[in-house]
Amino acid sequence: MKLLVCISHVPDTTSKINFTEGDTKFDTNGVQYVINPNDEFGLTRAMWFKEKQNATVDVISVGGPETEPTLRKALAIGADAAIRVNAEAIDGHTVATYLAAAAKEGTYDLIIAGRESIDYNGGMVPGMLAAMLDANFVTNCISLEIEGTNATAVREIDGGKETVSTVLPLVIGGQKGLVEESDLRIPNMRGIMMARKKPLIVVEPTTETSETHSVSFEKPAPRGAVKLVEADNIDELINLLHNEAKVI
Amino acid sequence: MSVLVYTESDQGKFKKAALEAASYGKAVAEAMGTNLVALTFNANDASELGTYGVEKVLNVNTVSVFNAKIYADIIRQASEKEAATVVILSASADSRYIAPLLAVGLKAGYASNVVAAPSSLSPFVVKRTAFTNKAFCNTEISTAVKIIGVSNNSFGLVENMTTTQLEDFSPNLVNSSTKVTSVDKASDKVSIADAEVVVSAGRGLKGPENWGMVEELADVLGAATACSKPVSDLGWRPHSEHVGQTGKPVATNLYIAIGISGAIQHLAGINSSKVKVVINTDPEAPFFKAADYGIVGDAFEVVPQLIEKLKIFKAQN
Repeated sequence: MKLLVCISHVPDTTSKINFTEGDTKFDTNGVQYVINPNDEFGLTRAMWFKEKQNATVDVISVGGPETEPTLRKALAIGADAAIRVNAEAIDGHTVATYLAAAAKEGTYDLIIAGRESIDYNGGMVPGMLAAMLDANFVTNCISLEIEGTNATAVREIDGGKETVSTVLPLVIGGQKGLVEESDLRIPNMRGIMMARKKPLIVVEPTTETSETHSVSFEKPAPRGAVKLVEADNIDELINLLHNEAKVI
Repeated sequence: MSVLVYTESDQGKFKKAALEAASYGKAVAEAMGTNLVALTFNANDASELGTYGVEKVLNVNTVSVFNAKIYADIIRQASEKEAATVVILSASADSRYIAPLLAVGLKAGYASNVVAAPSSLSPFVVKRTAFTNKAFCNTEISTAVKIIGVSNNSFGLVENMTTTQLEDFSPNLVNSSTKVTSVDKASDKVSIADAEVVVSAGRGLKGPENWGMVEELADVLGAATACSKPVSDLGWRPHSEHVGQTGKPVATNLYIAIGISGAIQHLAGINSSKVKVVINTDPEAPFFKAADYGIVGDAFEVVPQLIEKLKIFKAQN
């Protein structure tokens, strides 16, 4: 089984979000980058496929050379090879187009991407990629088992979950549940040393096909200080929620 | 030319998010000087959509089970039939599943998590949340057909009484090898996705045996229950209740956090809720910086009182 895990290089949650050039560009100054959390759950699930079902696991990312440490981390965690599409990730459609081209080249049985990235939160790359490849698709996936060419996946729905059966080739929009937080792996020294020798292939993009672009950014208006209510004055809280906030 | 809205229903009844999407669609149609058409599946009373400005409803009665690929293709057919230039969906799990498939099918640019009506039609620019609610991004959609995913509880319900014309729609059905084999859904509980109020609790509650009061408070408010990540990791509550960056996103009108300190990952997930109330013994808890109203106090004393007082309030209002 050949697996491809899509990795988005995103600002760590604790990073301060700022914009530059008249609020038209994300300010990368002082920002720590990580593997997108939703992708990391998928990467760890892929490691289990590798260890238990002899799968080979490639990872792929779209971005400039600055994204390579993130791919190297994925190699250190255990992926076999990495692909970097040397292009700017303008929108979800562009990224999906580049990924689809690379995925066709590699003829993968299973592609796992995160349900959404924590930077632009578009939630569109896995679905678009599946549609472009005419592969089956399950998103918000919290459990995945593969036997031969058959797959059983559990998807979170509003108010519950559903189990679906499908077949490979398959694209998954993964999230926590594919594996648990405690299953995530921290690269050890041996993994880091081995990652240096693993292939990291840089490919040039196919034609850019953006359909949307960010015009400008805004930060939410600063919030006022919290209104504290005494613990023995619950009536006041109810009064505020009813008359001031108008939410009850 | 028209605006098409996919109005999702659950057991024949429209979801609030669908009616919000219709309200949004009406605003776009009016700005464009065109009609609003809705696409529904197995709706009991499609005329209800007239309240929110829908002029025409295409109802599909030939499909009974949800399948994202089939639904996306049906919405594509409806869009083409109605010559829709803007297609609107809600932020429900199913709509988010469908939208990217539909975008490829229609060769349409798609903006999700949209929180306001377009600020301009030419160029077509919408405001969406980004960086997990830490910023807004004004996004231009440059394709001929545009898809918008509207965030829950952002645009709100806007009534606009209109006479609605009903039409049965029998689309072609594509093949899909993805089949739902079982559904596990609590029908008697409000889901986090559909809730207007969420009552959420954290490790401050000390153990799963103490969740009775959280559920009771949620009951009084008609709210969904949720929990912090440590609580779901400890197995005190099911994972499906975990809200935050790696859990479910929450965009409610009222979010009540009990015994949750307010880690940045938690706040990222719940930040687009309109009004936040925190109850915590520790006045230094980071949640107090993110909340609108706060009580520094012991949840075991405050919450039972809050339940009693709310019962009296609800009886009077």
